[in-house]
Amino acid sequence: MAEQRSYRLSTEQIELRDAVATLARERIAPRAAEVDRTAEFPWDNTKLLASQDILALPFPEEYGGLGADLLTVCLAIEALSSACATTGLILAVHELASLPIVTKGTKEQRAQWLPDLAAGKSLISFAITESGAGSDAGSIAMRATRDGDDYVLDGAKRFITHGSVADLVVVFAVSDPAAKRHRNLSCFVVETNRPGFSIGRLEHKMGIRGSPTAELLFDGVRIPATNRIGAEGEGFAIAMSTFERSRPGIAAQAVGIAQGALEFAARYAKERVQFGKPIAEQQMVQALLADMDASTEAARQLLYAACAAIDSGDGDGARWAAVCKLVAGDAAMRVTTDAVQVLGGYGYIEDFPVERMMRDAKITQLYEGTQQIQRLVVARSLLARS
Amino acid sequence: MRIVVLVKPVPDTTGQERLGPDLRVDRVGVPAVVNANDEYALEAALKLVEAAGEGEVTLLAMAPAGAPETLRKALAMGAHRAVLVTDPALGGSDTLTTVRVLAAALRRLEYDLVLAGADTSDGGGGVVAAGIAVTLGLPYLSYAAKIEPSADRVVVHRLSAVGYDQLEAGLPALVVATQALGEPRYPSLKGIMAARSKEILSWSLADLELGDAPVGGAVTTTAVVETHAPPARAATRVVRGPAGEAAAEVVAFLAERRLI
Repeated sequence: MAEQRSYRLSTEQIELRDAVATLARERIAPRAAEVDRTAEFPWDNTKLLASQDILALPFPEEYGGLGADLLTVCLAIEALSSACATTGLILAVHELASLPIVTKGTKEQRAQWLPDLAAGKSLISFAITESGAGSDAGSIAMRATRDGDDYVLDGAKRFITHGSVADLVVVFAVSDPAAKRHRNLSCFVVETNRPGFSIGRLEHKMGIRGSPTAELLFDGVRIPATNRIGAEGEGFAIAMSTFERSRPGIAAQAVGIAQGALEFAARYAKERVQFGKPIAEQQMVQALLADMDASTEAARQLLYAACAAIDSGDGDGARWAAVCKLVAGDAAMRVTTDAVQVLGGYGYIEDFPVERMMRDAKITQLYEGTQQIQRLVVARSLLARS
Repeated sequence: MRIVVLVKPVPDTTGQERLGPDLRVDRVGVPAVVNANDEYALEAALKLVEAAGEGEVTLLAMAPAGAPETLRKALAMGAHRAVLVTDPALGGSDTLTTVRVLAAALRRLEYDLVLAGADTSDGGGGVVAAGIAVTLGLPYLSYAAKIEPSADRVVVHRLSAVGYDQLEAGLPALVVATQALGEPRYPSLKGIMAARSKEILSWSLADLELGDAPVGGAVTTTAVVETHAPPARAATRVVRGPAGEAAAEVVAFLAERRLI
């Protein structure tokens, strides 16, 4: 049995969360349907997150950030995602893609990139997935060839969130083909204005439609060796340690989506009259709503406990990250599906937000490791200590 | 540019306001927020100081001792410090006492401009700012849609029924803000963090030179003798559904009553 962790939100965390929630309700929610319909990256929301210092949350104070812990960042992602999952993802990706620089970067690398990232002047994306390397990150084919003081990158990345809007991309590539699997990867920061870098296809997606998912093409992209994060061969380890802090971010997105759907469905049920009374007075509808509330709250509490455990340097961070994403992703899918059920036919049309939320929820079961990969991580941890 | 903004913590109007046994608003247990009209005054003050490139914005409030938490929200928007006049003897004060106390507090502060909101969402008297101007002999420029200060003067566009009047006065002066000055900003997260360490001075009546005249509930010149709930309105009908269907339903409703 892993050690029990508890948390208690501080006054400061509550104040920051409430400030983000106000912004989400008043400024971001009204844009959500349009962002989904047009599938255009919401630059206005991005600027808003930057101007309100929300993008600064995960960065150290010495680089202009707020030095917030994982729990606080997740509170913000949750609040944003309850209004617009695409916008919640802006913060989640900004945090996760910056992690290799924040945690493994040298002082020079941090000073070079973090101030603009904290200020939201530059955006960053995280490129590990390839067409042939999804869940199996060890089978990455992209090459990084050392050439004097440079590396030359060749290959392609697929399904890269924000790949087409980012100024920087954190890339994982094979630097030593002779090395063993999991020891052959290195991590690089690539400025997207480098010659040889281009955007391939943009995916047409089921959900989080405002968030651009791009194919990135690297055709002899030359970067200085000083753009390598960590040691040669450390790439896989860096990627895996990133997941400890990025999966809770996606769990937070999932909890936010679920909360948004729950609130809308409950409000609707009180107003929608059938058989002469609001459907909220029908016990079968109440049961749906109660289960939705319970699932959302359970996922939220697990997420917060996981964040507290990871923030405290718990040795089993990978398990905490996996269990909270597993539970929250499934909760979001179930809760949003039930929200559509509460609205009936009106839930199935785009005039109401719950069908969007249901489409958005699905991605939380897929990215940052599928639910199956989360189970793999949890089972490995369980069996290792049994 | 030194600006004092008068702010009042008021019960959050999104909740249920209740009346106490004295028929006044029961503030106990109701979350307080900064009076919305005061936020417009604060926004205007912050813009003026930012445009001037120097100066500071001081908040001045007369409120119960629990008010600092509410004032922090206004400090998070960017005000530099706050002065809270709080004293048990001020319980039950009417607008006359409020005028005298705030005027006495202003005598202790240095400023070029005093900005106030048009009225408050709880009491709604709308006379405190004018009373302070009279008490301190300050020029009173009300219903400002635009404020343009110079070295020793201020020009204000005062909203009128047909447009605006252009007023000009020497500094210091008191200006009453309107919503035409621009939407209050959202506090940034750094603003919220910074507000936690900003100074909130707490003054009691002993810190003010009010003379011997009594203040507070004991000397109110007004009393609430009776209250009435507003007449109940017929149930509001909310039309929901796809825009086309909903619009047709609204049109049919209005047509049925020969309103269109």
